[in-house]
Amino acid sequence: MSDPLNRTPLHEFHVAHGAKMVPFAGYDMPVQYPLGVLKEHLFTREKAGLFDVSHMGQVLLRGSGGTDVAKAFEALVPGNIAGLKPGGLRYTMLLNSDGGILDDLMVTRYEQQENTLYLVVNAACKDADLAHIEQSLAGIASLERLDDRALLALQGPRASAVLGAMAPEVMDMGFMTSASVEIDGVSCHISRSGYTGEDGYEISLPGDKAEAFAEQLAASDDVEPIGLGARDSLRLEAGLCLYGSDIDVTTSPVEAGLLWAIPKARREAGDFPGAERILRELADGPARKRVGILPDGRAPVRHGADILDEGGSVIGTITSGGFGPSLGRPVAMGYVKTEFAGEGTEIGLTVRGRILPGRVAPMPFVEQRYYRKPKSS
Amino acid sequence: MSGIKISEDHEWVSLDGDTATVGITDYAQNALGDVVFVELPEVGASFAKGDEVAVVESVKAASEIYAPVSGEITGVNAALEDQPDKINQSPLDDGWLFRIRLSDAGEIDELMDEDAYASFVAGLK
Repeated sequence: MSDPLNRTPLHEFHVAHGAKMVPFAGYDMPVQYPLGVLKEHLFTREKAGLFDVSHMGQVLLRGSGGTDVAKAFEALVPGNIAGLKPGGLRYTMLLNSDGGILDDLMVTRYEQQENTLYLVVNAACKDADLAHIEQSLAGIASLERLDDRALLALQGPRASAVLGAMAPEVMDMGFMTSASVEIDGVSCHISRSGYTGEDGYEISLPGDKAEAFAEQLAASDDVEPIGLGARDSLRLEAGLCLYGSDIDVTTSPVEAGLLWAIPKARREAGDFPGAERILRELADGPARKRVGILPDGRAPVRHGADILDEGGSVIGTITSGGFGPSLGRPVAMGYVKTEFAGEGTEIGLTVRGRILPGRVAPMPFVEQRYYRKPKSS
Repeated sequence: MSGIKISEDHEWVSLDGDTATVGITDYAQNALGDVVFVELPEVGASFAKGDEVAVVESVKAASEIYAPVSGEITGVNAALEDQPDKINQSPLDDGWLFRIRLSDAGEIDELMDEDAYASFVAGLK
């Protein structure tokens, strides 16, 4: 017998909305609703999708004994955390001493409490991440798990209007900023961020208020609940990495094309785990790179497929692949030897023993439509 | 559609003389979700019962289709190439997959009739 699956505070919501439930990272999660993956995906790009991401780990990290927690946390990640303004958030990575990626995460300078970061980590990595952080920052910072909080994502071009009808102040929040907002007596922590390439929000709120809140959002004609199936196809089209598939302990941020998350000052200081490898790869180029791949035909090319050069030698592996509903064609990403990483490079893709043609293509596959604040005049 | 026989892998078989038309059941298309790609066998190729003969892919995953009977492929539903969603819209009719000339007519009797299949599916829930 395997361990019983955990349930998020929205479990009854999923069942009531007809979700097909599957095990994911130890949780019983909705993979799709009656609308189906294809229509859920397209609905999110057209209006707004509501996602339950309560399985992800939410924690507060507080500095103690006069330690600046943001500065201290920089010892574990290559991002600019100390430079975050109150409420600001960034994507970064926990690295091991070889520069391998232990997890990717969102870090917010929590505006509600002094000297505190709010972290959101992947469900499957949660326990290992927290042990790593606690051990690394023992005596100078302490963790508080927010296991009683739910996390919802509302993503899509109508997200701002829908959430704005409940809390007008969210409409002019900048991309990658957060705020504490009271909605109908429920204290929510809302960030303008997401994992679909669309404008949208991630909403942290008390678990016991989550179902009523989700029902209120889902009552809008502009909102449909969306399962993990479409969450995956949306992020793939947006060129975003899935931890465990596209990045893991064997991949470095340079190989993964995540250099934008390592600012110049951190590179110059070289004061993050695995700096030796990462700075070397920066100077000399990595041996392999993550690239977007468009198969020429209609057959989806999936995780694990070999990537071949014109002579038929293996030059890499597909790490994520499937059908992109917004493009109406298969899309994929994977790692290739650096000399094959140029856009337009013709490659072969092994599918069920046959070699199908494809090419290296720029990502994201769909235009990112994140919110840009109008310039104040 | 009357007189169809169904395999435990959720393929229906409609026999006309020595040739059978094969597709997947409504239960199967519903379980797979939106079909985005179908790989069909070559006309003239031979398969034994249980061989992987075709692949039906949804957004999320690829599912193999196993030959419900042994024989030689005599035709395929080429319309599925451009409109794979016919499998969702009309699994028992326009969404048929291929035709196969049986090499062992007796194999058809090993498949379930519709009533038996209904009980089989009820047992899966």
